[in-house]
Amino acid sequence: MNTKSLLAKLGPFLGLLLVIGLFSISTEVRGYFLTYPNFKIILTQTVIVAIGALGMTLIIIAGGIDLSVGSAIAFTSVVGALLIQRGWSAAAVVLAVVAAGGGIGLLNGVAIAGLRMTPFIITLGTLGVVRGASKWLANNETVNYDASPINSWMTTSDPFGWSLPAGAWVALAAAIGTAVMLRQTVFGRHIFAIGSNEATARLCGVPTVRTKIMIYALAGAFFGLAGLMQLSRLRQGDPTVAVGLELDIIAAVIIGGASLSGGVGTVLGSMIGALIMAVLRNGSQQMGWPTYFQEIIIGVVIIAAVFLDRLRQAKTA
Amino acid sequence: MPPRLRLTGIRKSFGATLALRGVSLEVAPGEVHALVGENGAGKSTLMNILSGALPADEGAMELDGTPYAPRDTLDARHRGVAMIHQELSLAPHLSAWENIMLGAEPSHGGWLRRGEAKAQARAALERLGHGHLDLERAAGKFPIAEQQIIEIARALRTEPRVLVMDEPTSSLAQADTERLFTVIRQLRDRGVSVIYISHFLEEVERLADRYTVLKDGQSVGTGSMAGTAPAQLVRLMVGRDVTELYPARTANAGATVLEVRNLAAGRRLTGADLTLAAGEILGVAGLIGAGRTELVRAVFGLDASDRGVVALDGREFSRREPGASWRAGLGFLSENRKEEGLMLPLSVAENTVLTKLGGFGRLGWLRRRDIDAAGAAWIGRLGVKASGPDQPVGQLSGGNQQKVALARLLEHPARIFLLDEPTRGIDVGSKAQIYELIAGLAREGRAVVLVSSYLPELFGMCDRIAVMRRGELVECRARADWTEPTLMAAAVGAAA
Repeated sequence: MNTKSLLAKLGPFLGLLLVIGLFSISTEVRGYFLTYPNFKIILTQTVIVAIGALGMTLIIIAGGIDLSVGSAIAFTSVVGALLIQRGWSAAAVVLAVVAAGGGIGLLNGVAIAGLRMTPFIITLGTLGVVRGASKWLANNETVNYDASPINSWMTTSDPFGWSLPAGAWVALAAAIGTAVMLRQTVFGRHIFAIGSNEATARLCGVPTVRTKIMIYALAGAFFGLAGLMQLSRLRQGDPTVAVGLELDIIAAVIIGGASLSGGVGTVLGSMIGALIMAVLRNGSQQMGWPTYFQEIIIGVVIIAAVFLDRLRQAKTA
Repeated sequence: MPPRLRLTGIRKSFGATLALRGVSLEVAPGEVHALVGENGAGKSTLMNILSGALPADEGAMELDGTPYAPRDTLDARHRGVAMIHQELSLAPHLSAWENIMLGAEPSHGGWLRRGEAKAQARAALERLGHGHLDLERAAGKFPIAEQQIIEIARALRTEPRVLVMDEPTSSLAQADTERLFTVIRQLRDRGVSVIYISHFLEEVERLADRYTVLKDGQSVGTGSMAGTAPAQLVRLMVGRDVTELYPARTANAGATVLEVRNLAAGRRLTGADLTLAAGEILGVAGLIGAGRTELVRAVFGLDASDRGVVALDGREFSRREPGASWRAGLGFLSENRKEEGLMLPLSVAENTVLTKLGGFGRLGWLRRRDIDAAGAAWIGRLGVKASGPDQPVGQLSGGNQQKVALARLLEHPARIFLLDEPTRGIDVGSKAQIYELIAGLAREGRAVVLVSSYLPELFGMCDRIAVMRRGELVECRARADWTEPTLMAAAVGAAA
């Protein structure tokens, strides 16, 4: 491997270090920002976007997009809360919530691949449909329940100890699984082939329709898992939660080096992208910056990341 | 022994248009069979039927004596008929081996068997004599010629009995063409039947064992290539004698209108000097990647220059960008008709007047009737085969698309024409018309830079020919002072 491609691979990493460095300049903030307990908080705050970004990575590599993620997360968290209310066991709730997410993805996939419609339009539609369905299902109010083991997955009993919450481990395991799947399975390589040149993939006998439906369904299952983490964090099912979260998730994947035109993307990059977003949010709070300033900063970072990526592409081409 | 492939009485219509009206074709095992004909003669339709992309309305196909009616392209590949399209169809982000093995990856329960896949890909490339290619490199990063080898390797993976190649050399330089011919001959010797579609009759003459000529959806002639002169094929293709493809020209160079000194842009163009006079046609020859396209793009201001001077009529033209270039009287014809040269979904008329839309408006309102009238005028003058000025350009054949692209330069009107591969991928009849058009420009005192990979075209058209090599314009001489061997030697950097 030459230095240039090494640099390209390390790009998102350097971005993360840069962002961490930025918030460590002020000695005042550094004392709190650069501590393990704070990193634990950042990691926990990353979980939902990170799991969502796993699904989004598959979709974006295949040249698609999914705008309905925020709605899917709200919907699945409401489903989870209702099932807990009915006394389902934690394991059954997990399965049902992931399946509900997968079901939404399946619908998206069938509409996109089966009916040959543009992913942007279809998921813009399901963004509204699923958000409305969540509110309907929840009677337009938050769904509360007494207690559930699921509540503890996004917090640790000892905030100053070394242990990470279960949700972070789940995200890590899912990320490793996805990375291996993308690299080592025929399905994974077909995702890249479809994103790189769909016509060729079809010509070569890749079952493009089936593969695309599977991509959206699998991504939907990840969004369901993210919905579960959302439920665990709020400890209630909220149909109005995660509005606009799809943009954070897409941003994480793009910052991680994926191309919106398909064929390019890595799990590691997307995970670092999700971390960069979380560090920016957390650091801005520590600095005492108002939220509108955070929004501006995050917007600038997205544009800068894509611009740097272009420069890198131009040099290696 | 039955022929490898036999087509009889194939007919196909699209709506009211009869694309094929009875085509017969017979190809023996281990034969290179040339399929020639003008654009619009029905070659693509026929090949789409053969490769399973379209069903035939009538007629019979037999493969090795058994009926053959593919459901789709995949089915055709399984039956042993593979096609290599003119536009390369690789997945550019995937590695070479992944492209070769795409759709047939060896796996175990869904898990990719990477080692085995690479070994098979390596074997396929070795059979083509290209075992040295880097299997891990992304396909899009290979030069065009090697991308083509990768695509052929992929087609060979399914052990095809019939391999259809559509204009495989249209974007290859001479040396790469020779290498491709070696590969095709190897395939033939292994018993593969190759159907070779090309507009380059010299290639057909050298490579093919037999030929079939299509004209207006019918097979009008077939026979052995030995003893058949290209002129005979041309006569069959156009139904008339094309005695002189290149128009007779007399030099009438006037004052210098364009001067380029020490122009450099990026890695592909490191230094070029040239002068161009009114009424002159200057050819630019060189291998693919020698910097010819980069030269005209930099002159026109499509790409930023690193250094150098461009002067028009003796005055320096420094702030080059396409809008300013059009205003200064430069006209540019892109080598990439489909992606850059034309807007395929827009009409013939809109494509024609694009550079001077302002001239068709009053206070921002476009007068569509005037635009259509301008389009209609060029359809008439250039003999564009179109249903009218409002027909989308994407529906025209390649030769007619190119005429529309040229009409834009004429409509503007430009005085200095920068033409990059103006006849690439178009049929003989259209070529002759475009040559006549270019010669007419020079007669009127306009100046032409003609970039071409096709030597007979340069020798047939140009007053002077410049040769580029590795980003530099190395030599420029009057046409009479070059021969094809000396010019090729200059292009590859060898002593003649």
